[in-house]
This record gives sequence, structure tokens and C-alpha cells, in this order.
Amino acid sequence: MGEHGLAVSLRQDGPIPLDVEFSCDPGHVLAIFGPSGSGKTTILRAISGLARPAQARVQAGAETWTDTDAGVFRPPHQRAVGFVFQEYALFPHLTALGNILTALGHRPGPERRTRAEELLDAVHLGKQGSKRPHELSGGERQRVALARALAREPAVLLLDEPFAAVDRAVRRRLQSEIDSLRRTLHVPLILVTHDFDDVARLATHVLMLEHGRSVGYGSLSTLTSRPDQSWLHEAVGPGSVFEAAVSRIDVDRGLVTLAFDGGTLIAPARQLTAATTVRVRVPARDVILATSAPTGLSLHNVLPGIVSAIHGDTTRDAVIVQMTVGRILLLAEVTRDAIRKLDIKVGDHLHALIKSVSIELLVPDANSFDDTGQRTT
Amino acid sequence: MDWSALRVSLWLGTGTILVLLPLGIWFGRVLAYRHFRGKLLVEALVTIPLILPPTVLGFYLLVTFGARSPLGRAFQAVIGHPLPFSFEGLLFASAIANIPFVVQPIQRGFEAISPDVRDAAACCGLSPWQRFLRIELPLAWPSVLTAAILTFAHTLGEFGVVLMVGGNLPGETRTLSIAIYDRMQAFDDRSAGIMAATLLVVATITLMVTTILSRQVNSRRG
Repeated sequence: MGEHGLAVSLRQDGPIPLDVEFSCDPGHVLAIFGPSGSGKTTILRAISGLARPAQARVQAGAETWTDTDAGVFRPPHQRAVGFVFQEYALFPHLTALGNILTALGHRPGPERRTRAEELLDAVHLGKQGSKRPHELSGGERQRVALARALAREPAVLLLDEPFAAVDRAVRRRLQSEIDSLRRTLHVPLILVTHDFDDVARLATHVLMLEHGRSVGYGSLSTLTSRPDQSWLHEAVGPGSVFEAAVSRIDVDRGLVTLAFDGGTLIAPARQLTAATTVRVRVPARDVILATSAPTGLSLHNVLPGIVSAIHGDTTRDAVIVQMTVGRILLLAEVTRDAIRKLDIKVGDHLHALIKSVSIELLVPDANSFDDTGQRTT
Repeated sequence: MDWSALRVSLWLGTGTILVLLPLGIWFGRVLAYRHFRGKLLVEALVTIPLILPPTVLGFYLLVTFGARSPLGRAFQAVIGHPLPFSFEGLLFASAIANIPFVVQPIQRGFEAISPDVRDAAACCGLSPWQRFLRIELPLAWPSVLTAAILTFAHTLGEFGVVLMVGGNLPGETRTLSIAIYDRMQAFDDRSAGIMAATLLVVATITLMVTTILSRQVNSRRG
């Protein structure tokens, strides 16, 4: 855990059983991912002090917020947390500006208004300050909630299903806003979601939760490239996610070259700018394995690699093969029959064949805000 | 027209609000947010004055706070008068009779505030008192207003409890509704009519003020 990170360990038998332990560094996004009812929100409530699990330790930087063993418990209002609630929970009797001002009690009086206006501007609501929550759209309410959470100058930012109540277009924009926030804010950011799309686009790390128990915890690329994450696979289909740099854009052919740790991929170009980093997801069902490099194919992407794991689930006919390509891990979903025919074993040198069009680029929206109201010290 | 009776009625209504509202806000909030053993029984006890005939309530108050009972002596020691046949006693009885009219709407008002909104207030760094004053009370305000109006209107119209506990002492415990009854008994239809009309006007004004105030509150929050 880093200098100003968050370290959490929670245990309780009921009412919602919990057994998790995790940490998150500043600038990282930990996505707590799991089906509804798995205890995701309870974790956020325990971090903020709104819930008190039987056994808990919450450490934010140098401060201990909860330690049941030592009898330490700081009430929620004495913790610097920014909490964006699922339904935003704006104060209905206050204006957008009033909502933000409420979270600025730690600032000297004369500064508060200026700061609140800055934050409103930062979320592009500079002209809506005098409106009340019911006069704002869903996306606008979300931004007020976000600005209010940032006003607190939080040591940790908690987002509970932040995109559940907005439509797809707004969702994309908010996602990229939060992504740019992560880069500038430099606090640990915990995101609770049941939608893998949020995880793939925003998370740097993932905690997978099932019935309050952690069933997977690690960096996004490590976790998505593990061959045995059955729940994750059922939810979105297996496929590893990793970062790649845009190294060349070929406008005429409509293709983009992506350089990753150990090779390059060619994908259909979208509105990408060179030298930016994008997230790439390669669905396992779109990866074909070959024992030798094929010729005479229309394929752009032929990646040599070594089989590092094979996971066969008896309930499924498909087998997940994990291949190390350079320093990334790819997953390929193949039939049991193919494993037998090609006699695939761990340590084999194979070629992964990937169609360009099946590569998913998780690109931030170009219209996102850049001034994000960063933490001032 | 018995002006002193009108004055007693208005004082009694205002006094009941002043005595009962702070207690009602505290207790309504406790019932809305706290869970404790026997809460159902407490809620039932709070409602009882609503369904009990006022004379029964008056009877029990007289028995409980009679001159010979320890509670009655305590009341006299604190207030300086015995409970029966004094304005203070009447005020006390009126406060008891109005408990459900105050506690129930205020409890519903606090219950209607989303738990997330209260949690958000805590996460904004507001202390419990700041949460109460800046978030909860403003949001529950229409209910508090309703409680006050109901209490005032109910006190103006109260008859049974007043007659049992207060009797009919001019300028002290004779309220307008008692005075109307009194005049009717004396075949003074004219005075009774004037006073009845006065009560009607007061009631109408009260309701108009309520409507205007609640409209203002609603337009403030939309």
C-alpha cells in the first residue's frame, strides 16, 4: 500500500456476510464487481463509517478510521470521504450550489462560495448553480453529486453504481470524466458496479465479490487473463483486458497499430490520436490457436506465444487456454476436441490468430472535461 | 361576545404548540429513526388520545393529577397551582390530548427523508446537530407545520377535556367552545351565534395561512 492509500479488511457473519481484504493506492481505481446482493455497497458504507461490521479495519493514509480490535471508530462526518450515492442523494431543498457548499464546512467561510463555483464549473454546471435537484437531468444530478463529493477534499472517493441511472450516451461521457478524474485527483477511487463495461473502461484493479467473499482480487489485466474466473466469464465472456499505446494510424486503410508489452496488434481505426494509451479487450472466443504461423490468410494479427495455463470446466464443452505473449496474457476459448487434436499442453509454442474487427477498443470520450477540480493542498 | 374566552382559547392553542412542538420534534424523530424494544407499544400509547373520548382522557388526568396523588402534588409544587381548574392544568391536559396530532405527522415527515440523504449529509462532514438543523428539519418542515396547525385547530375545538379538567372559570379556563355551550344553556342564542361565527372565522384564517405557507414551502423545494 502506498503512502496515502486505503487499506481495508472487513469481516462479519450477518446481516450480509462479508469477508474481504484489499487496498487501493492513490490514482488507482479499484472496481468492486459482483452481482447485486453480494455486499458491494456494504463495503463502501463500512469505509465511510455508515456501516459497522463486527470486525473491521479501515486505514486511510496515516489515519485509522476503524479498528474494531483497538476500539477505534471515527464517525462518518470526521472522515474525509467523498461518497457518490447510487441515486445521488442530493439535498432536495438546496440548490446545486447549496449542495456543494454543504460539503465545504472544513474551509474558512469566505472561501467556500468561490470554491463551490469552481467545482460547479469543473463539472460543466457553472450556469446551473441556482437550480434545485428536481430541475436537473439525471446526468446533471450525477455531476452535482460528484462535485459535492470532491468538495470534501476526500482522502478516498467512493462511487456506488454511478452510471446505473443514466442512459448510454451520458454513461460514456461520465465514464471518461471519472477516468480523467482518476489521473488528476491522486486519491484512491473505489467504484462499485455490477456492469463489466465500467470495470473494463475504468478500473486499474478489481475485487470480485460473491456472497460477500472475495473470489478474485488483482490488477485488471491479471484478473481478466486468468483462465479460471468462471463467474466473470459467465457475466461477460472470457477475454483479457490490457493497455496498449497507439503507435501508428493509417487513415487510408482505416487501421491503427497498437503497441503493447511484447508485440503489436492491428485494429480498425476509430477516433484515436497517436501516442495515447487505450484499453484493449480481446474476447477469448475470437482467438484462434495454431501450431504454426499460417500463410495465405487475410489476418493481420498473428502473435507467437507460450501456453501458460489450461482450464477446463467440466460443466462446459469449451476450454480456456491462457497464452503468454510478450508480457501480456491472452485467453483463447477452444473446444475440448481441438485441445486433443492439436495436443495442446502447458509450455507449447503456439500462434494466436486474432481478427482485427474483434478487438475491442475501450476509448475515452474526446469530449470529457479536463479541469476536474483537483485536490488543493 | 366573551372576549376573555377568545383570549383563553387563542392562548391555549398557542401555548400548546409552544409546549408540544419541541417535544414532538424530538420524539417524532426518535420514533422515525430509532429501533428499540417496545416501539410498537410506545406508538400505540402515542395514538391513544386520538381514539379515547376526551371525557375519559380528562377523567384519567384528574385521577392521576388530583390533589391527593403524588403526581398531583408534584405538579402543584412545580407549577404553583393544582392541575384542576387552572390555566396551567388546562395547558398540560391540552398538550397530552394533542400528542398524536403532533408526534404522528412529524414522525412521518422524518421517515420520508431518504436514508441516503441523511447518510450523504454525514459524508459531507456535517455533525449530528448540523445534520438535524440543516438537512432533516428543513426537509421535515411541512410536517412540523402541519402538526402545529392541527394542534392549534384541535385545541380551539376541544370541549370534553377542557370541561373535565378546567371547568368553566371566566378568564382562566373558559374557552370559546365552552362559552358557546354556556350561552346556549342560558338561551342566549345571539352571543352563542357571534362566538360560533368568530370561531369559524379563526378556523378559516388558520386554514388559509396553512395553505399559503405550505405552498411557499413546496415552491421552495419544487
